Amino acid sequence: MPVSLVQRCNLVLALYVALAVGAACGLPFLRLAPNRLLSGEPVYLSDVLQQQGSPLLLALMLANVALLCFAVWQPKKRITQALLILSMAASLAGVWRLAGQFASSAIQADQAFTRITLGAGFWTLVALAWLMALDAIDRLQLKSLRRLLLQIALMLPLLLSLNVGQHLSIAQEYANQRDVFGPAILRHLQIVLLAVVPALLIGFVLAWRMTRTRSLRQALFPVLNVIQTIPSIALFGLLMAPLAWVAIQLPALGRAGISGVGLAPAVIALFMYALLPIIRSTLAGLEQVPAEAINAARAMGMSAGQLMWQVELPLAMPVLLIGLRTAVVQTTGLAAVSALVGAGGLGQIMFDGLFSAANELVILGVIPIVFLALLADTFFKVLSSLIKKRP
Amino acid sequence: MRELGTLPLQKPRFRANRLGWSVAALLLLAYGLPYSQPLFATLFPALPRPLYLQEPIAELMWQHIGLVLVSSALAVMLATLAGLATTSETGRALKPTMETLAGIGQTFPPVAILAVAVPVVGFGELPALIALSIFGVLPVLQATLAGLASVPLPVIDSARAMGMAPRHILTEVQIPLTIPFWLAGVRTSVVVNIGTAAIASTVGAKTLGLPIIVGLSGFNTAYVLQGAIVLGLLAITADLAFDWLALILHGQATSAVDDQT
Amino acid sequence: MMIRFEHTRKIYDGATAITDLNLDIPQGELLVLLGPSGSGKSTVLKMVNRMVSHDGGQILFKGKEINSFNVQDLRRRMGYAIQSVGLFPHRTVAHNIATVPRLLGWDAQRVQARTYELLQLLAMDPEQYAQRYPHQLSGGQQQRVGVARALAADPDVLLMDEPFGALDPVTRAALQVALKKIHRATGKTILFVTHDIDEALLLATRIVLLNQGHITQAGTPLELLQQPANDFVADFLGRADLGLKQLSLRSIAPYTKAIEGTEPSHTIAHTATLREAISQMATLHVSTLSVTGESGTVLGQVQATDLLEN
Repeated sequence: MPVSLVQRCNLVLALYVALAVGAACGLPFLRLAPNRLLSGEPVYLSDVLQQQGSPLLLALMLANVALLCFAVWQPKKRITQALLILSMAASLAGVWRLAGQFASSAIQADQAFTRITLGAGFWTLVALAWLMALDAIDRLQLKSLRRLLLQIALMLPLLLSLNVGQHLSIAQEYANQRDVFGPAILRHLQIVLLAVVPALLIGFVLAWRMTRTRSLRQALFPVLNVIQTIPSIALFGLLMAPLAWVAIQLPALGRAGISGVGLAPAVIALFMYALLPIIRSTLAGLEQVPAEAINAARAMGMSAGQLMWQVELPLAMPVLLIGLRTAVVQTTGLAAVSALVGAGGLGQIMFDGLFSAANELVILGVIPIVFLALLADTFFKVLSSLIKKRP
Repeated sequence: MRELGTLPLQKPRFRANRLGWSVAALLLLAYGLPYSQPLFATLFPALPRPLYLQEPIAELMWQHIGLVLVSSALAVMLATLAGLATTSETGRALKPTMETLAGIGQTFPPVAILAVAVPVVGFGELPALIALSIFGVLPVLQATLAGLASVPLPVIDSARAMGMAPRHILTEVQIPLTIPFWLAGVRTSVVVNIGTAAIASTVGAKTLGLPIIVGLSGFNTAYVLQGAIVLGLLAITADLAFDWLALILHGQATSAVDDQT
Repeated sequence: MMIRFEHTRKIYDGATAITDLNLDIPQGELLVLLGPSGSGKSTVLKMVNRMVSHDGGQILFKGKEINSFNVQDLRRRMGYAIQSVGLFPHRTVAHNIATVPRLLGWDAQRVQARTYELLQLLAMDPEQYAQRYPHQLSGGQQQRVGVARALAADPDVLLMDEPFGALDPVTRAALQVALKKIHRATGKTILFVTHDIDEALLLATRIVLLNQGHITQAGTPLELLQQPANDFVADFLGRADLGLKQLSLRSIAPYTKAIEGTEPSHTIAHTATLREAISQMATLHVSTLSVTGESGTVLGQVQATDLLEN
């Protein structure tokens, strides 16, 4: 029976291409405003191409579209997927460069207050290009490390041509906030570490005790579940009053930095949130250590400590890593909310942008947070697969 | 963020009791807080206005619940249809993409989607609704896909071989076996949405997050406490409601979802 | 003719899995598809109920091409039992068995009667087992329910794909005996796939030995053992054991006669096979046995030289 059209073609890619064409034609690529206060006139991709386009550029774009159509029709060849990845990497850099060049020429033509913001069309095209590349990478079916390298390589042309967009408002916003960014990233990482490391240590010990004492498990799990259910902003809020009270009663702690606002409520709340995934996965990991391994170790005369370090921990590690990954990714995201209680970090930049209606600032805050979360996720995934290789 | 729960199985009546107490406490707090001036005055002697009175807390609570219900309903419908669509011939092609998207959603903080919705649609209830719906889709989609994948292949094979039509197999076999997973996904989605809806107060939505945000910017810890208590209790009540629902729906089926770690 | 394969072909990924299959299966036959893994025996089975589509030639069910049937109607007329059983885990045993009858619109009373009847046929007490769930049953019990389910709507044909392969030897033997009894009692056409020679020799009225997609030999078990068509057949059946295997297929009845001068004190039932007789002789270190009939009367004797030389 002949294979149906549906099964042969890459439907997903066809969907992406259709959406991309729609976005390119229908959504504004950029927005041109005479100053910061007005929202600006839409500038479509066709307008930008009319102004900035060259025959070479048009030829490259046509080649791109042809390649995409071919990839939809014949997804099986690996060379097609590889070419697609290359073309998407180039496209990501290309749309950025187009936007940047347009901005540069607009700034020179008009006054210095002109703002060129990236429109919905730009972001949609970027997202779709990235998704198309991801689909192609998936189809190549590589091992996790090579897949990761390819995903990084995808961003390289864009990263290398960042300065072309220096006249875009997002770049200007970044230039204004540049001093704030570095400390914000560091502060964000600080929050995550301060929450996760104690959670890991204490959680591990608690889980280990739970394997011995059933009552501890029955007492603690409901509490942890309740904590996990409480929304982060509520938990931050609930901690503020008691911590402020503590800071007043014990001034020494207050001087050390414990107060109702700032790091203290954030880190304590995030610590509590991180406990559940860590304890749950440690418990699962320890419980799946084969009894034969433990018995053999005991028979060899190992002490409880040696048993833990040399047998139980290594064998429980894969499952433990899964929980740690969940905890770190979750904490990275929740740390953004902690900016509301004065903890700073990248969330601060994001909320500053929201409160002052500076959209580009919001995006500048969100992208690093998402990037950090993805980085943590990928790091642990790679770590997990490396550990699996060692028998 | 809420994941699949680990509470041990308990009798339905005990669970209904806890749910009942929780609902009672919630209503008591929501309607009673505006009258608790003396309590908060003594707890926070330094504050001139210890009681949040700009909007009735109960009203904020109902608006909060409304926002969560509407966005969750949209999200669940969309995600369930998308997940079930992967069982058909054409849908199967889209499955890997959906799995990737659902996986990406796990790493995305909900706040980010809220923040990104603002530049696109402006301030108010609408960005909140859109962001909550989009974000609510991901846990339900992932749970539906996981549930469908958990149906053993021999079961589907023998169902086909017995002459069951594909839509029969869907309704008789795949959906019943997917429901425990699906419900866990809906539970996660709703509970997370309750939290995100609170943060939506920063973009102009009127929810229980408002007293908290106002309190934070005005250094009024009492406001923050009032908002936080009601919000926390609301989330716990919702979670307990799902607990009870889960027990009713699949109390007699095979292994409980709760056992997963 | 219940099922007929005419020049049937199946191609997988460019390679031909089944080449030019021609096979007739009359009604009432218990045909065993035997062969090593990769020989295509499962594929042949699955082509009958269109779980796998055939690429060339025809497959006729009661004279009509199977592709001309509505596929669900066709499958509801054929029982299907597989190694992993595939019972619906969220339904009771009774509900599982009743699946096809309910699809066919039987009324509730008839369905329940049939369910109880089948459970008893498979030696499972309906009172005890009907309301249980699959995870509460042992592997053997699950497979019995699987067979009951396959028989539920009284299908014309029963298709079985290595159904007893995952069971322990004792349970497997019990189920083989049960299947043989059911075949004798119902006269159904059964198509049975296995790679186990002994199972094939025990169950089959006819064996089709497949290798790499084509039939190397087809015939009764005894024919295959006595006249293997080529080396492959002989090797597959266990070259060294061919003689012994034949012995388990033949009865001692024709060899029972009155032998003067001997009164062997050890007896054997007249229903025994040659293999059992020789095994008994070897155990007791004798070369003759008395053959007893229904009520214990002595019908005659058998001696080792007769059993081995004729």
